[in-house]
Amino acid sequence: MKSLAELDKLREKLRQEMNVREKDHDVTVTVSMGTCGIAAGAREIVKALLEEMKEQGLSRVALTQTSCAGLCQHEPLVEVNRGNEKITYINVDRDKAREIVKKHLVAGQVIKEWTTPERS
Amino acid sequence: MEMYRSHVLVCAGAGCISSACKSVQSALLEHIEENGLTGEVKVVETGCMGPCDLGPVVMVFPDGVFYRRLKPEDAAEIVSEHLLKGKVVTRLLHRPAGNDKQVAGFDQLDFFKKQTRIALRNTGVINPESVEEYIARDGYRALGKALSQMTPAEVVEAIKESGLRGRGGAGFPTGLKWEFTARAPGHPKYVVCNADEGDPGAFMDRSILEGDPHSVLEAMAICGYAIGANRGYIYVRAEYPLAVDRLEIAIGKAREYGLLGDNIFGTDFGFDIEIRVGAGAFVCGEETALLASIEGKRGEPRPKPPFPAQAGLWGKPTVINNVETLANIPPVILNGPRWFAGIGTEKSKGTKVFALAGKVNNTGLVEVPMGTTLREIIFDIGGGIPAGKKFKAVQTGGPSGGCIPEDYLDTPVDYESLTKLGTIMGSGGMIIVDEETCMVDLAKFFLEFVQEESCGKCAPCRIGTKRMLEILERITAGNGRNGDIELLEELSAGIKNSALCGLGQTAPNPVLSTLRYFRDEYEAHIRDKKCPAGACQALLTYYINAKSCQGCGLCSKVCPAEAIIGEKKKPHVIDTDKCIKCGTCKQKCKFDAIITV
Repeated sequence: MKSLAELDKLREKLRQEMNVREKDHDVTVTVSMGTCGIAAGAREIVKALLEEMKEQGLSRVALTQTSCAGLCQHEPLVEVNRGNEKITYINVDRDKAREIVKKHLVAGQVIKEWTTPERS
Repeated sequence: MEMYRSHVLVCAGAGCISSACKSVQSALLEHIEENGLTGEVKVVETGCMGPCDLGPVVMVFPDGVFYRRLKPEDAAEIVSEHLLKGKVVTRLLHRPAGNDKQVAGFDQLDFFKKQTRIALRNTGVINPESVEEYIARDGYRALGKALSQMTPAEVVEAIKESGLRGRGGAGFPTGLKWEFTARAPGHPKYVVCNADEGDPGAFMDRSILEGDPHSVLEAMAICGYAIGANRGYIYVRAEYPLAVDRLEIAIGKAREYGLLGDNIFGTDFGFDIEIRVGAGAFVCGEETALLASIEGKRGEPRPKPPFPAQAGLWGKPTVINNVETLANIPPVILNGPRWFAGIGTEKSKGTKVFALAGKVNNTGLVEVPMGTTLREIIFDIGGGIPAGKKFKAVQTGGPSGGCIPEDYLDTPVDYESLTKLGTIMGSGGMIIVDEETCMVDLAKFFLEFVQEESCGKCAPCRIGTKRMLEILERITAGNGRNGDIELLEELSAGIKNSALCGLGQTAPNPVLSTLRYFRDEYEAHIRDKKCPAGACQALLTYYINAKSCQGCGLCSKVCPAEAIIGEKKKPHVIDTDKCIKCGTCKQKCKFDAIITV
């Protein structure tokens, strides 16, 4: 170790992994993993989200699962929570999952056309 | 390191290892693989999480769900329900005493919620064998900051200003110790870590060494920089093999990263650490005996002065700090002395780690701000006394300390308040006793310990504690004489004044403090030949309550002395002359008909 700056650089890199254990996540991404979700391929969505998060070097994002959200016909569902904002994406596939990470989590843009249909 | 979506932390402190956490861990790994979760979920072994009686314990992140008392069979459900589907397995959650519901999040449990973790900041959170995890949680930044942004004098000043005092027992200001050693003439100088934790029931230092060894290494290097030492020794007991292993791994990793060795952080400061394994003598926790032992001599104390700051290891200026004291150093440097001084009481700053043991629901390891009351520690965090029994006293400070009765439960804990009550902070062992514990017997236990551990160098400790023990033995055997209490007090005063080292000088404390608060129990033993707590076997008489006895004859069958007679289906009686007071009949009776007076 040659300098404090070198240590800090290493620390930033290592933090990405360790952040799972902190409780102050900025964003929580939740995939519905009820029987309906799993049948619709939610497992693959979890994997795709994680892969893309790794590639993008995201930290402070918690990736969790939950049970059936009651929108079985729209599974797989991915919910993104940031502060009070809650966005639910429906009929997610692997490609969409990767886009959600890139656009929503990294760039902060909600992909409106994939979200829950407006209730009228 | 790789990124995973979930971390499963398995406590691998010595307590959980003894409750077979390793088989739970391998079962978890097996099911994780079976379910194809290997690249998504990481299983991490950590040091002690604290709630030792609930072991094996596991925490699942990012949700922070706390599972307890796991068996290998439970792993399948945790993996297939929680890790795969995100569904918490309710039946494996903890239900605190007095709660009607299970609690999922560890931070919702009083046991964790009411703690402030500084010394234990990483213990139970990181893998102690990974320097990377330590670095990710600000590890070695304090050393980097000290070396690149502070002069040695500024480091000493910071420790002084923080108000940190020695956590080994006596509470000497750590900054002053460093200053005396820095200023003392002589070269080379040494940093010694006292990890010879020996108080019965105390395991704070072991848990830090097992759970966060790098924090101790980093602090020793900071101390080395501050006082001008390039070499450190950790004196750790051979009875702590896991701590020794993890220290060795940690030292190896720190050297690999250039955090120990020459030119640390590109400066011309170099520091390295060696482990010295003690052979298990209690007296070697006393600093002069410890130094002698490191030098390869017999572990015996010597008179002070000179203090180790002037003439320590091989006659050179030496800082000796306890494990917990050292674990506090990096946060003090990183967050500044004022932050640390803002926690605690006027004269006792920061936090203190306590090992809760004995008759308390949540035995284990807790860290609280100085000034927290005993009631909060024992009842809020510790969960109170099991089986509806009544709290009687709490013993602090091990064989050098004393007991505190119920009347003083609202005392805020700090060095001064405990001394005022006739006990000491000590290293942090807290043994809780309930109404069924005899205080004379408790004092006898500690004196037996000291007697056995007395090194024998000075007469007051070697002979004096022996005589005291003999008196206590005869009191608990029902042969106490008038004047025994006064004799105990006289001997105590003599030993306190004349013993060579801290071990002897404090040896009478358990007797003096139980005499102070429970004198009537001593008197009952001596005068009435009765043990009010019903603990001293020799003073009990066994009777059969004729109203409850059904005449089943089981007691007479199990009595080894053939002291119980009676006709079938009629109340039996115990021949008190033949009774050897073994208690077997009382244990076996299904009708609670056997009573002791």
